Amino acid sequence: MAFWRRNTHVEKERRVKANARDHNDRFAYADNHIKTSKYNILTFLPINLFEQFQRVANAYFLVLLILQLIPEISSLSWFTTIVPLVLVLVITAVKDATDDYFRHKSDQQVNNRQSQVLIRGSLQNEKWMNIRVGDIIKLENNQFVAADILLLSSSEPYGLCYIETAELDGETNLKVRQASTVTSDLGDLSKLMDFDGEVMLVTLRNASRGFLSFSVFMLVKVCGLASAVNLHLFMPCPSGEVICEPPNNKLDKFTGTLYWRDNKYPLDNEKVLLRGCVLRNTEWCFGMVIFAGLQTKLMQNCGRTKFKRTSIDKLMNTLVLWIFALLVCMGVILAIGNTVWENLIGQSFQDFLPWNVYQRNAVFSGFLTFWSYVIILNTVVPISLYVSMEVLRLGHSYFINWDGKMYHRRTDTAAEARTTTLSEELGQVEFVFSDKTGTLTQNIMVFSKCSINGQTYGDVYDEFDQKVEITEKTPCVDFSFNPLCDRKFKFYDVSLMEAIKLEDPVVQEFFRLLALCHTVMPEEKSEGHLVYQAQSPDEGALVTAARNFGFVFRSRTPETITLCEMGRSVTYRLLAILDFNNVRKRMSVIVRDPQGHIKLYSKGADTIIFDRLDPSDEDLMYTTSEHLSEFAGEGLRTLALAYKDLDEDYFEVWMKKLLFASTVIENREDQLAVLYEEIEQGLKLLGATAIEDKLQEGVPETIARLNLADIKIWVLTGDKLETAMNIGYSCNLLRDDMNEVFVISGYTVLEVQQQLRNAKERILGLSRVTSAAGDVGKTDVLADDSVFEETLIAEYALVINGHSLAHALEPQLERTLLDLACLCKTVICCRVTPMQKAQVVELVKSHKRAITLAIGDGANDVSMIRTAHIGVGISGQEGMQAVLASDYSFAQFRFLQRLLLVHGRWSYFRMCNFLCYFIYKNFAFTLVHFWYGFFCGFSAQTVYDQWFITLFNIVYTSLPVLAMGLFDQDVDDQYSLRYPSLYKPGQQNLLFNKRQFFLYTLQGMGTSFLLFFIPYGAFSLLVKEDGSHFSDQQTFAVTIATSLVIVVSVQIGLDTHYWTAVNHLFVWGSLAAYFAILFAMQSDGLFYIFPRHFPFVGTARNCLSEKSVWLIILLTAVVCVVPGVAVSFLRIDLFPTLTDKVRHLQQSRKKQGPQAQNLRRVRRTSSRRSAYAFSHQQGYGELITSGKNMRTSTVSPAHSPDGTPHGSSWMDNMLKRRNEVSCVSEEKSIRAPESANRHTQPPQLDVESV
Amino acid sequence: MMATSYSAKDEDGHITVSGPGAGTLRSKKPENTAFKQQRLPAWQPILTAGTVLPAFFIIGLIFIPIGIGLYVTSNNIKEFEIDYTGVDMSSPCFNCSQNYSWNSTRPCTCTIPFYLETPYESNVFMYYGLSNFYQNHRRYVKSRDDSQLNGDVGSLQKPSKECEPYAYHENRPVAPCGAIANSMFNDTLELFYNNPNGTKLQIPLTSTGIAWWTDKHVKFRNPGNDPNLTAAFQGTTKPVNWRRPVYELDSDPENNGFINEDFIVWMRTAALPTFRKLYRIIQKKNSMVPTLPRGNYTLEVVYNYPVRRFEGRKRVILSTISWMGGKNPFLGIAYMTVGSVCFLLGVVLLIIHHKYGNRNNSADISN
Repeated sequence: MAFWRRNTHVEKERRVKANARDHNDRFAYADNHIKTSKYNILTFLPINLFEQFQRVANAYFLVLLILQLIPEISSLSWFTTIVPLVLVLVITAVKDATDDYFRHKSDQQVNNRQSQVLIRGSLQNEKWMNIRVGDIIKLENNQFVAADILLLSSSEPYGLCYIETAELDGETNLKVRQASTVTSDLGDLSKLMDFDGEVMLVTLRNASRGFLSFSVFMLVKVCGLASAVNLHLFMPCPSGEVICEPPNNKLDKFTGTLYWRDNKYPLDNEKVLLRGCVLRNTEWCFGMVIFAGLQTKLMQNCGRTKFKRTSIDKLMNTLVLWIFALLVCMGVILAIGNTVWENLIGQSFQDFLPWNVYQRNAVFSGFLTFWSYVIILNTVVPISLYVSMEVLRLGHSYFINWDGKMYHRRTDTAAEARTTTLSEELGQVEFVFSDKTGTLTQNIMVFSKCSINGQTYGDVYDEFDQKVEITEKTPCVDFSFNPLCDRKFKFYDVSLMEAIKLEDPVVQEFFRLLALCHTVMPEEKSEGHLVYQAQSPDEGALVTAARNFGFVFRSRTPETITLCEMGRSVTYRLLAILDFNNVRKRMSVIVRDPQGHIKLYSKGADTIIFDRLDPSDEDLMYTTSEHLSEFAGEGLRTLALAYKDLDEDYFEVWMKKLLFASTVIENREDQLAVLYEEIEQGLKLLGATAIEDKLQEGVPETIARLNLADIKIWVLTGDKLETAMNIGYSCNLLRDDMNEVFVISGYTVLEVQQQLRNAKERILGLSRVTSAAGDVGKTDVLADDSVFEETLIAEYALVINGHSLAHALEPQLERTLLDLACLCKTVICCRVTPMQKAQVVELVKSHKRAITLAIGDGANDVSMIRTAHIGVGISGQEGMQAVLASDYSFAQFRFLQRLLLVHGRWSYFRMCNFLCYFIYKNFAFTLVHFWYGFFCGFSAQTVYDQWFITLFNIVYTSLPVLAMGLFDQDVDDQYSLRYPSLYKPGQQNLLFNKRQFFLYTLQGMGTSFLLFFIPYGAFSLLVKEDGSHFSDQQTFAVTIATSLVIVVSVQIGLDTHYWTAVNHLFVWGSLAAYFAILFAMQSDGLFYIFPRHFPFVGTARNCLSEKSVWLIILLTAVVCVVPGVAVSFLRIDLFPTLTDKVRHLQQSRKKQGPQAQNLRRVRRTSSRRSAYAFSHQQGYGELITSGKNMRTSTVSPAHSPDGTPHGSSWMDNMLKRRNEVSCVSEEKSIRAPESANRHTQPPQLDVESV
Repeated sequence: MMATSYSAKDEDGHITVSGPGAGTLRSKKPENTAFKQQRLPAWQPILTAGTVLPAFFIIGLIFIPIGIGLYVTSNNIKEFEIDYTGVDMSSPCFNCSQNYSWNSTRPCTCTIPFYLETPYESNVFMYYGLSNFYQNHRRYVKSRDDSQLNGDVGSLQKPSKECEPYAYHENRPVAPCGAIANSMFNDTLELFYNNPNGTKLQIPLTSTGIAWWTDKHVKFRNPGNDPNLTAAFQGTTKPVNWRRPVYELDSDPENNGFINEDFIVWMRTAALPTFRKLYRIIQKKNSMVPTLPRGNYTLEVVYNYPVRRFEGRKRVILSTISWMGGKNPFLGIAYMTVGSVCFLLGVVLLIIHHKYGNRNNSADISN
């Protein structure tokens, strides 16, 4: 990767002259051509081979190959190593080549993007790759920035421009960049030419035509050289020059100086747009390229793709080292044996077998033998293992891609495994970190119910007054009378419509309030096609509801609000907005209606509103309060609405006070708050609204299942505490039957520390009471929390807000936080930044030896998705950033259960079985040579035919184990989901660990022992049926090889739980292939062609036609397999695991046929919580009354002349708010429910029938 | 740390997601096939008492009779073994074994009398056995040239390097080359029946039919098409230890040169350091008379082959064979043992299963 970036000379500073290619070319800065591909056709082979041999395994086999070329050492023919090695290399190379092909394609696509470059005074379209440092380029809205550019000017006032930096840091919020004041008015080409330093050679004739001539003329004029216009112009201009830091990868820093017109201007990061950003909300901007292509900060930052490795990979690496150590041990033992043997026997055997020239003494012979045995025994280090694992993972990924049950019809999105290296780790996840908005919830607020004047609306009743469940089929209210209605809005209770039609004044007032009291910005793109931009989706939902019920909010100016009330256009004068904030928890507007009445409309949290009601409303308050409880119990977000008629004189006085207060400098906020408080008294209650924050489908069930699988779910959300908790309750993360929910919300380190400690002590204290029954001594042994963790029966939850989290994540507190969090069933972190999300994940990842999974949908989740072991992106939603950063993606949160409990579990199960068997097989195969060493003078003579050694792993035994690794299922998917506890062995690493490794190594050794010694016993006296001698090496080899192939085939048969046709084909096929190849290799024909390479001619025929050989093979197979069967039978019979039980159940069910399903219900909670549906920050009120944000609704890019001195500060404010609300795109913010599938029925684990 | 793993494609950011209305686009819905949905019909065996225990009993019940059969057959085979190495002073071959030299021109002969207590019916096979002889040593095993032995003229003149140091002798290629050929067993064994009437009757030994058919007809061929082997082996020299060149091994042209069966038998290297190789067959003459009647016999050995230096042993074995080959008590015993163990294991498992087993193990599944 780093080849091309290594510059020969180190750039100390960068000097760029604007639009002076000739000048800039001298420095040989990188152009804007990027190359992420690694190879081209010529370099592919050498580079790819070089890379492949950097891998330890491949290098090891290369060394072996070289060793084999030394005749004194070579104990195997060259082909036994080279065939598998070449196979492995070819497979990897093909994969690399395909990957690189796609990189080439995407490079090409990016390089060929069009961009407008100022060349010779006019804008010309250029491909990205042709852009050079110093070029001046024009960017338009929603375009990607082509290179790192210095912002010169933009369509916005003050040279402001907005960018989205999601590609760089994962934040979707808009950031503002401002051009230097001296360049910010270079808004058109003519002025830009002024900045342009291009040395021009233009003919006058040319200059007399068209636009170009104009600019040249301008240029000439500006340069003061108009008189010099002759036939040719040749004029160096005082052009801008930038001197700045050399390319680096710091995204948030830039230092440089702009030299222009003999002045110096400082440049910083605020004036630079980086490649990868997207221009937003800015019509156009001009910039000068400073860093291009590979020298851009984005590219400097990339390349170090973090290659995620699974824990099994890491374990395997350790184990391979162990195997290697074992190999060396065996080599040493045999080498010593060889030395001894040569001394005792070999020396005197020289009559028949003289020592050769290299064999000066027995010790040297031993040394050579060591290497020979390293070569022979190399098959214990499984070369094909890594490739096979890749193949398995690839297969598992395909199964994820193909899973029809993870396909989401509405968005037409199938699940996608974007990486193929992690599949088995999906079976080991212990922590799930989830985003809330868009992941757990749909981020759709739906006006679902309301209570008006003591009457609830929203439920549908049948003729028997029974509440009807609302489904897709329930007929909804017909809003066709209203031409301005939002067609996506659905409401099912007809009675509310009737009340409107009856012109019930309270109902009308109710919706009028909803239409007036908000800070939504309307946009009427075409007549009657209204789009609302709301600060929060809640507000949007309310205004949309009012709109559909005939109170259409149509437009607003700073002073007026125009409604279309039941078809009549009514304009209210907006007198004041008493904005929302977190303390007030309410907002009000004061309006004057056309009749001249002044009214105050207020909406807010129920408790707050109720405190300010007129005493006469008490009865209504109680009724409404009951309704609110009901709504809250259903997980709806509620708001209370009230109004008040204002007296003209009173208002005049109050308004004056307000105006005064808003001009004071000190304590302005407090004074305003007092004034607001004063007027918001004695309100008349209208009713309450209930908004449903729609959960994604199946979220509570999924969470319940994952909980049962001992997966801890942490919700990390940018939402405020109340919203997060509310969602926590509605999706079963928080429950009323939990012992305690700790809320950590401190503002200082000490506060947070105290709260964390208190919470922890409470948990430990309680469990101490419950668990340590009277044992005084034991209570002191609390040091190890992890022990305690398991003894906890009680359930706790922890809710922590962003402030506290910032403190809690400091080094001195993070341990405490983690300990506490791990004691809790549920952890919810609210108001967290993307960075904090990553920190939390990192915290768990680094301190707990657990696999973490992060799931999210937005760019703010990118950091966490990248940090976690496994990142999952929700696709089919807004941006693709999360998906692009993720390892797996699918459309709905509920697919997570299938991904983990079914695919993850299977992958883990398959991979573990595969590894165990692979290790067993290799040991059984190879160690026969070790035993044989003791009977062949430790001479490194192989037992098997060389061809058998070559083909054993890649032909005779590879496919059955691959088939098992791909298709095996201990328990089918439905049972996997029905019994989530089946997932636990993966988390505890039970199926493949060092112990398992030892067991299987031992089994392999045992098998090899039997494989050798049973034929050994028989062969010492074996005679053919025709009396000819038979105990020769080749017969011995064929017998053992055949036994081995049969034994490992039987063993794979026993290890396979799920015999599909493919398994049958592969197992029987492999056996058949073995015999076919055996006879083919030992046929006369091959021998005649290559007599030296096929010396086994005829052995198979002579050997396998003997009954005694088959008796030996049968005996060996039975003896090798029976102990294993007995042990596993005993284990299943005496200590069955859950898997065994479920398998048993599954089988007995299958025999009995489908049965009545037993439903297990998850208890639905309902508790009173006040959840007010409001956005999270200071409202837009100030902006609306000042009219400053009205620009957003106008399309004209013209400079807004109202750039007041404090302009940039409100701009900042607005930006802050805007990203909070994320209502940039209109269809997101106000989207009526697409499906009427409400979560009113108690969620249950629906169990499909078998 | 954010903008790691960048690929140019990511920069696009907005990959178009076809909406639900995009009817022209092919749906991304995965195919609903049993294979892709992992619902392939499958046999799912489980190790239960119902399958495992009977299997054990069946194995036991099959293996024990086989074992008994093998054991009985093996015991019925008559076998007689004579160690003629000459280690003991009392041994007739002691002298020969002591004064041994490869180059001695005068053959040393020793005579060993023995007595067969039972008559040997049917064909009797005569083996020579060597102990502590590492025919399976790697350097030994590879020291041959199969190409040469297969009659390749090129290899005859230019033996493979594997044959070193027995590839060339006095600058002439060795035929057959290599350590295996060079160390060919060259004792001559002759068997005499001492008639009770005092006459010594030489028993005719058949020296053909002792090698594998494939070896004799496929693997080993004389070079060239010249029936005159002396000419065919022109330019080569005999292995150092041999007394006669390869084309003088036998007078029978069908058993001479590389296709000499004694040579072929020797070239099929043994798997273990103690081995026996077929030397001769004593054909049954007629059904009335046993091939080797009860009585006194004399074995006459021309003692050429030195094994004392590496503490090797030489034996002669006379044996009859059965349907399963030669005498081999190992297999019978092994089968009986394994069969009984399996049966016992079945019983033990049955008891364990009955006492502690979880017969009804799906009842207590909890979550």
